[in-house]
Amino acid sequence: MRRYLPIVGFLVFAAAPFAVSDYGLGLLIGAVTYVTLASAWALFSGHTRYISLATVAFYGTGAYVVAVLNETLPYGLVLIIAALIGALMALLVGLSTLRLAGVYFVIFTFGLAELVRQLITWYEVNVTGTLGRYIFLDVTAREIYWQMLALAAVTIGLTAFIHRHRLGLALRVIGDDEVVAAHAGIPLARTKLLAFVASATILTLAGAIASPRWVYVEPAIVFNSTVSFLTVIMALLGGANRLWGPALGAVPLFFAFEYLSVNLPNTYPIVLGLLFIAVVFVLPDGVLAGIEKLRARWKRGAA
Amino acid sequence: MSLLSIESVTKRFGGLTAVDDVSFTLDAGEIVGLLGPNGSGKTTLINLVSGNLPVSSGRITLAGATLTGRRPDQIARAGVARTFQLVRILPSLTLSENVMIPAVFGAKAHWGAEALAVAQDALKQVGLDDRADMSASRLSYIDQKRLELARALAAEPQVLLLDEWLAGLNPSELAEGIALIRGLTDSGITILMVEHIMEAVRALCPRVIVMNSGQLIADEATETALTDPQVIAAYLGESVDA
Repeated sequence: MRRYLPIVGFLVFAAAPFAVSDYGLGLLIGAVTYVTLASAWALFSGHTRYISLATVAFYGTGAYVVAVLNETLPYGLVLIIAALIGALMALLVGLSTLRLAGVYFVIFTFGLAELVRQLITWYEVNVTGTLGRYIFLDVTAREIYWQMLALAAVTIGLTAFIHRHRLGLALRVIGDDEVVAAHAGIPLARTKLLAFVASATILTLAGAIASPRWVYVEPAIVFNSTVSFLTVIMALLGGANRLWGPALGAVPLFFAFEYLSVNLPNTYPIVLGLLFIAVVFVLPDGVLAGIEKLRARWKRGAA
Repeated sequence: MSLLSIESVTKRFGGLTAVDDVSFTLDAGEIVGLLGPNGSGKTTLINLVSGNLPVSSGRITLAGATLTGRRPDQIARAGVARTFQLVRILPSLTLSENVMIPAVFGAKAHWGAEALAVAQDALKQVGLDDRADMSASRLSYIDQKRLELARALAAEPQVLLLDEWLAGLNPSELAEGIALIRGLTDSGITILMVEHIMEAVRALCPRVIVMNSGQLIADEATETALTDPQVIAAYLGESVDA
């Protein structure tokens, strides 16, 4: 029964656009986008515990590739190019940074998003002479939703595959102790790079798929660091090292933030910060692990 | 022919020479003690062999193949396994997973049931096989040490480096530990062990290498070394017969 649950859930989500309004569909796209982002983020960061704040660097790059190429190339090809650019970028960044540990890695990845944003701004202002770009694509909201849902399913499927594969075990060992990992025969650089590139490719593709919703694109809009922070909080809330953790964190938090940004536009960042602190202190391993712990305690109490 | 060969190996940290032009060889199946006062460079030497630190100069070979200049994971796959002076277990993994890792990522690349079987064998050797599915974070100190040894054994290494593996054990645990290591040597594995406990060195190692301030000061039979005036001078104040 449990094995079919994901398939049933996927079908329900796939059928959802027929039952909701346009506004509802917009919300669904947002929720599924964050499920994809959080799951893809956790693909690398969940087990290795390398906290990356570069999510928006890849997500924004995906959107920008579509903005630049959407008038000259067919949509399908643009998506492929976006994914390739994301992978190449992750390869370069990974090769130069995955030796950094702990807080240095966090700071670097945060800086990376800013670097990409400034580079594109500089290029647009000095070379092309425009800052904003328009995306006029013949893609309906429903199509975007289904594409994003498919990407989310692929991401979670890939995560499940990796968890059962030796790569998943290698990532867990790296998360616990890199010295032991190396001395047990795990090639650190290659293992981390593989997971980082896979994760970044999905993040870039998510940005490319979501981009037609924006219509108007400029660096300050697409490289908004809040996206990176939200992704981290969502994955950590659900449990970044669990298969369904990031998705379970993303859905409620997305709707909560949506509600807050509409009703408390000015104090919303404060709530965001408090939530971040609460997650780290109260549920360091995520809700799923928390529930398991409670269950274990309850069982022991009952026995 | 010697199995592990250390040739004029030197390690400098800035102005400090932690290992100074050290050379010796180990024959296959030998168990050799690496002695010396604190700070004499024993652990640094172990780190150089396992690839945890790069050498400043010199060469280390295993069965003729050069180890120096290679990464720790490559050296591990070439057949060198080790334990750490400060125990390093993987707390978020089970005992079985902890031990399985070198079997999975080692030269033989076991997977699935095969890897589990190797892990189970290694756990059995150290007496932890009844707790294979427990989380490693719940182990006591002595059991963490056992687990680390089991992990090194699961690599099915040619050379095993033990860095004060017997330190911190009480007398009955020590007797058990000595018996455990003796059992290993019967299987033909080559062991280089850093050890301060002379009782264990006497019981296990026919030959010792003694270091002081980074230099090799003795490489001889254990009984000879322990009465060697140079060795006694190096330990100055510490009772060699303790």
